[in-house]
Amino acid sequence: MQSTGGILTFDACFMNFYLTAILLGLGFASLALGIFISMRIFNIPDITTDGSFTLGGAVTAVLLSHQYSLPVILILAFLSGAVAGSLTGIIHTKLKVNALLAGILVMTALYSVNLALMGRSNIPLIGITTIFSIGSFFANESSQQIFVLILFPAIIWLIISKLLKTDFGLAMRATGNNENMIRALGVNTDRMKIIGLALANGLTALSGFLITQIQGFADINMGIGIVILGLGSVMIGEIFSKTFRIKNISIQLLTVIAGSILFRLILAFALSIGIDPLYLKLVVAVFVLIVVSIPNLKRAE
Amino acid sequence: MIELKHISKTFNRNTSDPVVALRDLSLTIAEKSFVVVVGSNGSGKSTLLNALAGTIRVDEGEILIDGIDITKLSDYQRSKWVARVFQNPMTGTAPELTVLENFRLASLRTQSKGFRIGTGEKFKQLVKEKIYMLNLGLENKITQPMGTLSGGQRQALTLLMAVMDETKILLMDEPTAALDPKTSELILQLAGKIIREFHLTVLFVTHQLKDALHYGDRIIRMNEGSIAEDLSNESKSKLKIDEVYRWFE
Repeated sequence: MQSTGGILTFDACFMNFYLTAILLGLGFASLALGIFISMRIFNIPDITTDGSFTLGGAVTAVLLSHQYSLPVILILAFLSGAVAGSLTGIIHTKLKVNALLAGILVMTALYSVNLALMGRSNIPLIGITTIFSIGSFFANESSQQIFVLILFPAIIWLIISKLLKTDFGLAMRATGNNENMIRALGVNTDRMKIIGLALANGLTALSGFLITQIQGFADINMGIGIVILGLGSVMIGEIFSKTFRIKNISIQLLTVIAGSILFRLILAFALSIGIDPLYLKLVVAVFVLIVVSIPNLKRAE
Repeated sequence: MIELKHISKTFNRNTSDPVVALRDLSLTIAEKSFVVVVGSNGSGKSTLLNALAGTIRVDEGEILIDGIDITKLSDYQRSKWVARVFQNPMTGTAPELTVLENFRLASLRTQSKGFRIGTGEKFKQLVKEKIYMLNLGLENKITQPMGTLSGGQRQALTLLMAVMDETKILLMDEPTAALDPKTSELILQLAGKIIREFHLTVLFVTHQLKDALHYGDRIIRMNEGSIAEDLSNESKSKLKIDEVYRWFE
């Protein structure tokens, strides 16, 4: 984030620090919604995510440096993730491989694909027009960043919540909820799972698209352990949904986005109280463990 | 009309412990007939229903519905003709979807599920009217998740869902096995009403001999994967409960 010149006061610094966290949370919202779809809607633990996130980033960085237009890059990033997800889906449903293993296989293969795509392990986007610097609607880049990062998840939220209310969306939800029933009602659940994983990983790749442009580079390792971010966000969202007895699916999706932001704020807080960034992944793992086990401990009482 | 021609099914076929579930079984079921299927555990009743619904594929033989060979069709493709009510009341409905959403999916059993939002006011009214017929007071609960209802309520709704779309054949595999006697009676009465009203062809598996005698116009007893008795109309009406008991000795 750029400063307006001069020395930032402590307050401004503090604000910036947490604002950055919120913006990152919004950037990862799409990934969190993707995980919500694979894990909550379809009941499939999908960790293709690590690979498809980087794939989205790699496609974005490579195409941006080749001066492709942003809408084209956006679509191609989504499609690249969708292809990765459908591969996991096909391996899982057609070759009858355990979903977790199918995801690991595709994720592993994607590492090479991403490296080949990028041609090196890191592509910086210095001096390249991104979604945050294109046009001149805003006085400075940071207000455009805020605008884009609110608009982007909002549009995705709108599309997904509408989709889940259509007949097709109901069939998707029933596939994860009661497979026997929905097959008896004429739905090819294998096909549905493949489409679901394609959608989930397409959304994940869109997060890769955004995050690459936020941080200004794509890196071959940017996706490592990213699936846990999505899982954590979904879990936090779930705690909201359970606490406030939210049954409406579009509000549930909102809680997942809120979860993504909250997760980032908590990480920012951890850093601000002086936790060594070296231990950040450990903090993440412990935090997700706590979030996951809270409902279980409550139930045991 | 349903035609089963010499169908066979063996589970664990290539192991040292094969289980023959259906043995060269042939059966023709006329349109609109109500067939009760009895038989001891492991006699192949459920396998017969599953073979017809397509959740299992037969090893040999052919299955035809109205002259169309459906032997190679998957369960979700056969849903064009076949509606099912399962033994477990939880199997027929999706717990996290609302009653209304479950009915919406059921109303599209023979059709594709497209990108339309079909749970609007008009459909809501239609579902309310249908559910009102049940007399269970469920018409005010249609926006609740299905999982909040009891097994009996869910089974009643599953039955109703079976006729939300065009249906020819209704398969009921011990639909009341998990329910208390009073609810069982209610469910079977409802089934009888729906079957008459919609002129369905029915296969009804039951362990309740009283129900087996009371319902249907044809009774089949299965034994070791084949049909051991097959009585229709008059001979079925003359059947006494102790005779049926003797079948199981």
